[in-house]
Amino acid sequence: MIGRQRHCIALEDFSRDELELVLDLAVSMKEVLRRPIKKVPSLRGKSVVNLFFEASTRTRSSFEIAAKILSADALNWTSASSSVSKGETLIDTARNLEAMRPDVLVIRHSASGAPRLVADHVGCAVVSAGDGAHEHPSQGLLDCFTVRERLGTLEGKTLAIVGDVSHSRVARSDLHGFTKLGARVRMCGPPTMMPAGLAQLGCTVHTDLREAVEGADAVVMLRIQHERIGDPLIPNTREYSRLWGLNSKKAAEWLKPGALVLHPGPINRGVELSPEVADGPFSVILDQVQNGVAVRMAILYLLAGGDPAEARA
Amino acid sequence: MDATQIAEAVRGLARQIADRARAAGAADSLAIVGIRRGGVHLAARLRAELTGLLGAEPPVGTLDIALYRDDTPARGAAPVVGPTDIRFPVQGKTILLVDDVLYTGRTVRAALDELVDFGRPRRVWLAVLVDRGGRELPIAADFAAARLEVADGQDVQVRLREEGAAVDAVVVTGRKP
Repeated sequence: MIGRQRHCIALEDFSRDELELVLDLAVSMKEVLRRPIKKVPSLRGKSVVNLFFEASTRTRSSFEIAAKILSADALNWTSASSSVSKGETLIDTARNLEAMRPDVLVIRHSASGAPRLVADHVGCAVVSAGDGAHEHPSQGLLDCFTVRERLGTLEGKTLAIVGDVSHSRVARSDLHGFTKLGARVRMCGPPTMMPAGLAQLGCTVHTDLREAVEGADAVVMLRIQHERIGDPLIPNTREYSRLWGLNSKKAAEWLKPGALVLHPGPINRGVELSPEVADGPFSVILDQVQNGVAVRMAILYLLAGGDPAEARA
Repeated sequence: MDATQIAEAVRGLARQIADRARAAGAADSLAIVGIRRGGVHLAARLRAELTGLLGAEPPVGTLDIALYRDDTPARGAAPVVGPTDIRFPVQGKTILLVDDVLYTGRTVRAALDELVDFGRPRRVWLAVLVDRGGRELPIAADFAAARLEVADGQDVQVRLREEGAAVDAVVVTGRKP
């Protein structure tokens, strides 16, 4: 259990205390990553199934490493080589996997709401590893962790999220996480990539990059999704880069000293971030990757470390 | 035990440990590791005493054994995990493991498992303020300031100023059988 949460599907569901429970535990988990022997026995005998209906290397590997460091057995399952290709439904797939008695199902799916649907049909804990354009809660938590680790707190800080907000599950999880932890959030991107009603989620909405990042304590640069280039949202990557990309000149002139630049990866170098910024002093992108393992260890530990039946009683 | 008796007990433990360390040729390689939470404060107090007795300041670290517990599935929610902080090489050291109360022995077993994940110590000694009996594993303290006969269902609490207590005290609470 993460506070009252049996699953980790959306940071929208989380209270501030529940977010802080995961982040505080991730501090201890990160210490394990620095040990000579990076393995603790806390989830020995437990199993974690990574159920990925979408391609992912980074997130899947991160969950797999997190499970293995905690001594859980990790099974990776991809839809390409599965019965899904033979017409099996999502719920049937999940139920069949559940019959093998995993303790946690980690699901990535292109359809928003898929992890929630699965959670309603299985008894084990479900963790979303990203669903459609909905949420990517573990990425949101690791972004919160990275900012908190570097800045001490999110309370009162100003954070900007820049890019294709309307299609970004990372943006949605970050927005919920950041605002619940007390940060002011500026959302920025091309007008065609900003969903209607965004300001009602407690952020300010910007289309001018300078306005969004100037004075911000941290800036999350979202991945521009090449697969969408060619649709009418933006004319081309060159114009996107000119208007909403962050290069070293803009970073030097607009970012305040000590500001952080985050990116969920993989980076399109030269599009949303120039290589000089991606690898430069503002960047905490590799911290994010390491923190992702610690945060996912915390999530798995909290969800699989107790007996859910007993916890409900 | 009251504050005066606890202070004297810590000094007495330190003297015994210093004597043993000198006899074992381990005075230079001694390092102290406190088991969270109570053991951490006692480790700091012992370190202060030992620094005076040995003429050198032993390194000190902290172990949190939550990730090494053997009873997680039986609990309603995952136990709270605090920081483990060992910043010195454990390899070849004589490690003085410190806890406030020795009861079932399961905490010490978990601490030993965790400790060896940091390296292979030359030897490990266990020092506790109170040995209350009731062992469930074959574990014994090398140094114990007090040995109490305490019934099941009773709890031995070590209250220390570092944890917010007004005065140091060891008290036995809970119903008698």
